[in-house]
Amino acid sequence: MKRLDWLAILTALACALALAGPLATVGDAPGWGRPYLAALFASAALCAAGAGDSARWRLGSTMLALMAAAGGAALVALLGAGLQGAAAWGYAAALAAVWLAAWHTVSWLTSLRLKPGWPARLANLAAPLIFGLTLLFLWECGVRGFGSSMMKAILPAPSAIAARFASSLPTLGADFVQTFKGVAAGYLIGCGAGILCAILIDRVPFLQRGLLPLGNLVSALPIVGVAPIMVMWFGFDWQSKAAIVVIMTFFPQLVNTVAGLASAGAMERDLMKTYAASYGQTLMNLRLPAALPFIFNGLKINSTLALIGAIVAEFFGTPIVGMGFRINTEVGRMNIDMVWATIVVAALAGSLFYGLLALLERRATFWHASYRQRA
Amino acid sequence: MTESKRPPSDFPDIFSRGEKGAAMADAATLPAMRARRGGASRFFAALWRGAVGPIVVVCAAIVALWYLGAVLMNADLQRSAFENAGRKSWTTAELVAGTLSQERPKLPAPHQVAQELWKTVVDTPATSKRSLVYHGGVTLSATLLGFLFGAGLGVGLAVLIVHVKSLERSLMPWIISSQTIPIIALAPMIVIILNQLDITGIVPKAAIAAYLSFFPVTVGMVKGLRSPDPLQLDLMRTYSASQAQTFWSLRLPACVPFLFASLRVGVAAALVGTVVAELTQSADGGFGARLLAGSYYGQTIQIWAAIFAAAACACALIAAVALADRIVARRMGYAR
Repeated sequence: MKRLDWLAILTALACALALAGPLATVGDAPGWGRPYLAALFASAALCAAGAGDSARWRLGSTMLALMAAAGGAALVALLGAGLQGAAAWGYAAALAAVWLAAWHTVSWLTSLRLKPGWPARLANLAAPLIFGLTLLFLWECGVRGFGSSMMKAILPAPSAIAARFASSLPTLGADFVQTFKGVAAGYLIGCGAGILCAILIDRVPFLQRGLLPLGNLVSALPIVGVAPIMVMWFGFDWQSKAAIVVIMTFFPQLVNTVAGLASAGAMERDLMKTYAASYGQTLMNLRLPAALPFIFNGLKINSTLALIGAIVAEFFGTPIVGMGFRINTEVGRMNIDMVWATIVVAALAGSLFYGLLALLERRATFWHASYRQRA
Repeated sequence: MTESKRPPSDFPDIFSRGEKGAAMADAATLPAMRARRGGASRFFAALWRGAVGPIVVVCAAIVALWYLGAVLMNADLQRSAFENAGRKSWTTAELVAGTLSQERPKLPAPHQVAQELWKTVVDTPATSKRSLVYHGGVTLSATLLGFLFGAGLGVGLAVLIVHVKSLERSLMPWIISSQTIPIIALAPMIVIILNQLDITGIVPKAAIAAYLSFFPVTVGMVKGLRSPDPLQLDLMRTYSASQAQTFWSLRLPACVPFLFASLRVGVAAALVGTVVAELTQSADGGFGARLLAGSYYGQTIQIWAAIFAAAACACALIAAVALADRIVARRMGYAR
């Protein structure tokens, strides 16, 4: 049975709708809008018609991918050429067509059987990238094409956020530095204390039975609630944020490290014993290295928790700088684009932090089973 | 005692559970020998060895440390309070008693927090805005609504991701990487935006709770739906089972333990999300509003009471998920 390429058919339908309908409510869009849509329609139709025949389908898919990319640019350009805030339903259909074409491209990319190596890696990278770009594109065109000024204030277009980001780099930088001071100090102290306490607990079985269940419980509790207390104790500056980060990161690190220290196999431990290795030698040469994957897991969980703790603590009181402060005040003043810019900074910082840890983990635990197959 | 100082006669020990097992046996036998002597030492041995005993001891130690901390941290305040009252000298006992009964202490003593909890939970009618039961109801209702939506969305998305390959490739990396960013930073903005759109009350808070609980559920559920090994999937194929049949009779049962583990994380995240949302939308009450009001007016006892009440709610929610897990496990026959 011949399988239908539903995505291509839907794309062609959306194109037809866009061709039939008006692009703008006032006047008409520039003349080149319609020929472009016709080209998109043609490649979608080719794709749909060639669903059974692989050569024709492949040609159609490639053309559709190119058309989707060009279409994105064209529809954004139409906004600049007078469609701003005056888009009609034909424009919405064109947006839908580009979205479907992008989806088609992603599923085409995932259906390709590429050789392992850089082509496969590129395709793997392209799929989420196309998805993200499509989302940004729909957001941009949707807000700018259809949004009223009220709508734009509440949900600014990505381009507006980018402009705001670029124009207020000094403020964002100062906020980041202020928050990062608390995060870094608290993270280092909290995780360090967690690891040291875990080693201590591991040595004293009484604590293992007494403190560990509590640690497990506490790491599931909403510890952010302690933030106002810390702000009262340690003042408005970054020290109070560091304190809350210490409390938030300590228990997950403790629990993970204890689990890691218990993970060295009985065989290896027996081997250390036959070498007459002391407790310290066993710890340094066997148990800590074996615990590294768990320790890194804790560090990774904590990298997000630390940022959350610092930002929430800044909602309770801070000098007039800091990411949490910025979000809170700019939300109150309805400068949502500035809030988004701060969130972009937070997201970048969070994923960079995480990425660095992941890189470090690969270096430190290259022997672990989860890295073996990829080599 | 370190392992190297052990006499070599300990040789059979290496066939037991290794170093940790040996250390545990040492710690356990010592008090056990003492326990033969009398009732009191048997009591201490029970505290030392059992599963509950050590937890009780550690909790008692924490409470003791807390009292000590309360005395030390509030002493300055108490001294100046005495001086303001015109007193020139005071005894240590008076000072200690004073530090433990201040109205706005730096660190309230445990019994003060317990009194406040009793007063606001039991003595105050649940309809009053001063009752923690009222605030707990506000927080819990938003948490549960958000959790239901978030978990449902997470499960649905996970099913889609497992079955649609293009979604897996394009969406899953974003879901995973979004766990590395502090999503909670969005909370105030979501509340304000929804308020602008005339959506107030429980919905904005529940939206944030849903948003926070949905990520862990999706990730855990995808992992669970993938957990059947290729052999089992091949078996289904030899039965010529359809995709739906494979889903209902293999993938879904296999993912249940994963699902409950991530639901536990998700419900805790939902509570945190609700509390943070209540910081922005504080007019409706809830634990977050209680924290904020306490921090504005320096009511430390009120803050601590709210923290403990929120922690108790989190415990209750997690316990409820664990209970559901156990019931389902027993029904499905994988309980241990």
